[in-house]
Amino acid sequence: MTTAPSELDSPQVDEAIELSPPWVTIVWNDPVNLMDYVTFVFQTYFGYSKQKAEKLMMQVHTDGKSAVSNGNREAMERDVEAMHTYGLWATCEKS
Amino acid sequence: MTRFRKRRKTVVVSFAEHEADILANLLRNLVELLYDGLPPRTTQSSDPLAALLESDGPTEPPEDVVLQRLLPDAYKSDDMASSEFRRFTERGLREGKVTDARRVLSALEESGADEIALEPDEQLSWLRALNDLRLAIGTRLEIKDEDDYTTWEKLPDDDPRRLTYDLYDWLGYLQSALLHNMR
Repeated sequence: MTTAPSELDSPQVDEAIELSPPWVTIVWNDPVNLMDYVTFVFQTYFGYSKQKAEKLMMQVHTDGKSAVSNGNREAMERDVEAMHTYGLWATCEKS
Repeated sequence: MTRFRKRRKTVVVSFAEHEADILANLLRNLVELLYDGLPPRTTQSSDPLAALLESDGPTEPPEDVVLQRLLPDAYKSDDMASSEFRRFTERGLREGKVTDARRVLSALEESGADEIALEPDEQLSWLRALNDLRLAIGTRLEIKDEDDYTTWEKLPDDDPRRLTYDLYDWLGYLQSALLHNMR
């Protein structure tokens, strides 16, 4: 049996970890990929609704790029790799 | 004329014979290109886990512009991170693309001009392989974002790019018809 410590150390928070921004997967516009195909990939791989997938696709088309997912770096590298599998031009970066 | 139709979740495609040959040839070229310049594995492990963890992929982007497009850098402005990513993923990415292309190839070789029934997972391989072919040809043709689509459509018959553009256009039709029948 233990008793509660009478004195608590103030919690030590690693600021670098706490403030570390999530990463994003960026899909870039390219002149070859069909708009319907890009929408299909966003729906199929990310499981996004047709509406969301189309919105992201239009963003890629009109703005030249769109952040299509976010999370930790490992997850974003997986997403980038998957996009490359489908032939989409994707990169990851800190958001 | 290539035809697509839907039978529940199956998509049935039929080619004119010369069309099946053209597609097969393009895919063979793609497979060759993807294998070209890929160094053999430096370690041969029979342990599947160790094989999975092998990281002897290339660290530099490929020299060929088509391969650069098919296997792009994963980081815009971090060459070190791009290089690490490449080391761990490029081999698998190439193998995946080859697997897709070969799946389409063997379906074409088995059935010739007959009907080919594509189940959902085969449909995905076809979509990706057709897309890789379009990326390859579009890159060779140097099709750019700012290009006016109509100038490509109106290339004169004696332009050396005419035939290639027609192929590119046809592949776009195939991909889009397949996609339409999958929905």
